[in-house]
Amino acid sequence: MTSHELLPLALLASSLLPGLIIFGLPEAWVGVRTFLNLFAAIAKLGLVAMLLAGVAAGEAYGVRYAVLPGLELALKVDALGMMFITLSAVLWLFTTVYAIGYLENAPHRSRFFGFFSLCVTATMGIALAANLFTFFIFYELLTLSTFPLVVHRGTDKAMKGGTVYLAYTLIGGTALLAGIVWLHHLLGHTEFAHAGIAAALGPEYAGQLKIIFLLLIAGVGVKAAIVPLHGWLPQAMVAPAPVSALLHAVAVVKAGAFGIVRIVYEVYGAEFAQSLNLLYPLALFAAVTILWGSFRALFQNDLKKRLAYSTVSQVSYIVLGVALFGPIGTIGGLVHIVHQGIMKITLFFCAGNYAETLGIHKVSEMDGAGRRMPLTTLAFSIGALGMMGAPLTAGAVSKAWLIDGATAAHMEWAIWVLWTSSLLNAAYFLPILWRAWLRPVPATWPEEHIARRGWRETTLLLLLPPLFTAAATLAAGTFADSEATPLAWAKLIAEREYVGKGAP
Amino acid sequence: MLEPLFDPLVWLILLPLAWATLAFVLGPGRGAWPAIAGLATQCWLAIELAQKVGAGGVTNHVVGGWGAPLGIDLAVDGLSAAMLLLTQAVALPLAIYARSYFKLNDPAGTWFWPLMGFLIAGLNALFVSADLFNLYVTLELVGLAAVGLVAAGGGAQQVAAALRYLFATLVGSGAYLLGVALIYGAYGTVSISTLLPLVTNDAPRLVWIAGGLMVSGLMLKTALFPFHFWLPPAHGGAPAPVSALLSALVVKASFYLILRLWLGPLQTVLPAFAWLLAMLGAAAIFWGSWQAIRAVKLKRLIAYSTVAQLGYLFLIFPMLAAHGALEAGVMQIFAHGLAKAGMFAAAGVLIKATGQDTVAGLAGSVERLPVTMFAFGLAGMTLMGLPPSSGFLAKWLIIEVALAQGHWIIAMVVLAGGLLAAVYVLRVLRQAFLLTPASATLTPVPRMLEWSAFALAAASVLLGLRGVELMRLLGAMA
Repeated sequence: MTSHELLPLALLASSLLPGLIIFGLPEAWVGVRTFLNLFAAIAKLGLVAMLLAGVAAGEAYGVRYAVLPGLELALKVDALGMMFITLSAVLWLFTTVYAIGYLENAPHRSRFFGFFSLCVTATMGIALAANLFTFFIFYELLTLSTFPLVVHRGTDKAMKGGTVYLAYTLIGGTALLAGIVWLHHLLGHTEFAHAGIAAALGPEYAGQLKIIFLLLIAGVGVKAAIVPLHGWLPQAMVAPAPVSALLHAVAVVKAGAFGIVRIVYEVYGAEFAQSLNLLYPLALFAAVTILWGSFRALFQNDLKKRLAYSTVSQVSYIVLGVALFGPIGTIGGLVHIVHQGIMKITLFFCAGNYAETLGIHKVSEMDGAGRRMPLTTLAFSIGALGMMGAPLTAGAVSKAWLIDGATAAHMEWAIWVLWTSSLLNAAYFLPILWRAWLRPVPATWPEEHIARRGWRETTLLLLLPPLFTAAATLAAGTFADSEATPLAWAKLIAEREYVGKGAP
Repeated sequence: MLEPLFDPLVWLILLPLAWATLAFVLGPGRGAWPAIAGLATQCWLAIELAQKVGAGGVTNHVVGGWGAPLGIDLAVDGLSAAMLLLTQAVALPLAIYARSYFKLNDPAGTWFWPLMGFLIAGLNALFVSADLFNLYVTLELVGLAAVGLVAAGGGAQQVAAALRYLFATLVGSGAYLLGVALIYGAYGTVSISTLLPLVTNDAPRLVWIAGGLMVSGLMLKTALFPFHFWLPPAHGGAPAPVSALLSALVVKASFYLILRLWLGPLQTVLPAFAWLLAMLGAAAIFWGSWQAIRAVKLKRLIAYSTVAQLGYLFLIFPMLAAHGALEAGVMQIFAHGLAKAGMFAAAGVLIKATGQDTVAGLAGSVERLPVTMFAFGLAGMTLMGLPPSSGFLAKWLIIEVALAQGHWIIAMVVLAGGLLAAVYVLRVLRQAFLLTPASATLTPVPRMLEWSAFALAAASVLLGLRGVELMRLLGAMA
């Protein structure tokens, strides 16, 4: 085996093997478990760095293995996949640190971190998949490995949320499977390729291809929480905060959004999808989701639920960018995969901090939280401003490219959708900031677990991850135009995706 | 003639008979170690045989030097070799499991080892028999050993279940025998290879009746809906290792026989029944799943799941002429065989540990028996047909063949069946993830029980990554 075959496998193994070992560790071996977790996360980052350099230089990595005659498990590393991989690997490290702090003294930590690692492995697999068949395998593995995390607390409420989650995702998975087998039957393969593979079929297949597109998008749309398939997401908020962070920023919803990107660009091909009139309806669904999510977020008093509806809305920015036919919209959508990830994970880390430190779960309990926890609230504010698309944040970059993309695609209504959503974002985030910073501190907090020690408003393990991701949100916005930023990488992808189509 | 002495084919039948007899001589409850040693050897023999068949095609063996039509013919092709492989692969971990499961003085385990030996010998002989009457004899041997295993539990309920089972199995093999007699009357032979060119499209009406009788008898023995009435009490009531053997292997034997007739001597007659069988198969999937979803008892749930999973096997008949359908069926046989053995084994652990056979009693099992629940989950994954399990490959193959043939409805049934399976599997998992109730007590269970269940369930998932080998073996068909 050459190193070009081994590296993608190592990327999977770097979280799979530690995960399997962690399952076997006794509960009390905190040190060993923590070491394994961090070692794996850092080792993975090393691998990612190697691959990033290679992919940027145009190297091709991949490995294949036949499961059945004519049916291959295939991994490849390309620019698009690397974007998702890098995001996941970086945020995995932060989330692991955070989870170690968050779950201190909680029961069943071996089980938790075991499934946590499996979940990251599945996410890596989704990013590495070189065909729809492989994509599906990891997509379903992701469903299975996140279920135990969602129901981790073992309460009736957790069970209810977990069941709803599974019902949605398994039904979505079935639709996806139907679409994939159908496509495999027509084409004989389901490889991802630049400019798509579906166009190879003659025009007489247009009808079937439209139905298949619907099945595939419905399948991944469940995880991407496109309205009306989003019902599971607010329910899944019963999970512990690190899981919510992971679900929202990295693993589950991103897997759905990433699937949409792959299907539109590399299964159908943007041009072919456009010629079948598939992109416009997709853009409409994305627009409805953006508005509906933001609108519902307005009325949530539960902090995590408000963030959940915000996710519903924000993930569809990615879908909208993909559906805006043209390289500029593509860049906007792709870069938002990363930007939404770092902003949303910041918000969820902060929400977890409020809950763990002061017992604050509701927006109405946020009064004065900024004075008691200034650093957390600072991070939260940066994340929230980013979501609104305020200048100098990552969100502003995404929004600017999406708006330019909509103009280039002559879909002016999409610009209105984006502006309306920004206003709604402001309407549900600003009151939180106002309460936290400007309202007086109440006499007692709902349930204070962690006392203040000097400048440390909560434990360091909980405090540092959101501060880092908040800083990243600012950096990605401020230095967007320099090299080695998500934006630069998104441009690279768009260049390769629209070869010779006048990419900027 | 030294050659037969080393033929794995013969030893696969003789060895289980040998350790069964030894166990019988050793006395009640004894004989576990000879059985395990024998099965380990058999596993090796089955692998040898599979490699031979995979490389060189069909092997024939003539017992006592008398060829057809006078003597007993044994024949192995890819399908038989695959079934032999599955049988030994499931039986060995189950034997290890059973050794820990039955304590020496357990009345339910008194005659387990001899009966298991006869059962395995019967199964192995069935898979290599090349004439219809021989097949009847082996079928009867398998049926009686299975009834004995169910009855060995000794309780009133188990005896009632065993009697019902006995009735079903006798009627089933009786109908089959009647069919064989009619065929013999019509053609004067029961050898499959001799019959092959004789039975043509314009066969006399009698042969059609014979075909109908044989298939109905075998349907009854395979517990195809609506002939499944005997299965849930028998499989749900027996001790766990017995349930596992019955669900994983015994019902597959009669299905194998239908497949043999279909692909062999009756290939011009039976396709007339194809859609009837497929419809019953679809009904089995829905009815079995529905009953599993409603079941109160854990083992009842698993038994009804068997009814549902057997339904998939019958979906392949309308497409059997097409490439890929047989492969799909065999993949499902393997997937269900391994997964169901693992699941019943896991259920046995859960029942022993919690002291009750109900789904509701499982609360907190994930916490207290993580290995067993993991095994249950993996087996459940295969039954749901989720990747990367072998159940997923089976489902994929069936759907793809169905689409290639334009049978949309079959593809949809398979997809719906997967979701229904998810409902009943998750009913169990969901309960197990709940917090442990304060009142719950837990009897410690031997680790070997947990890990042998885990091995079977894990095998059902890992087979999903080695589908190519199995398909290659099936390529070596008569």
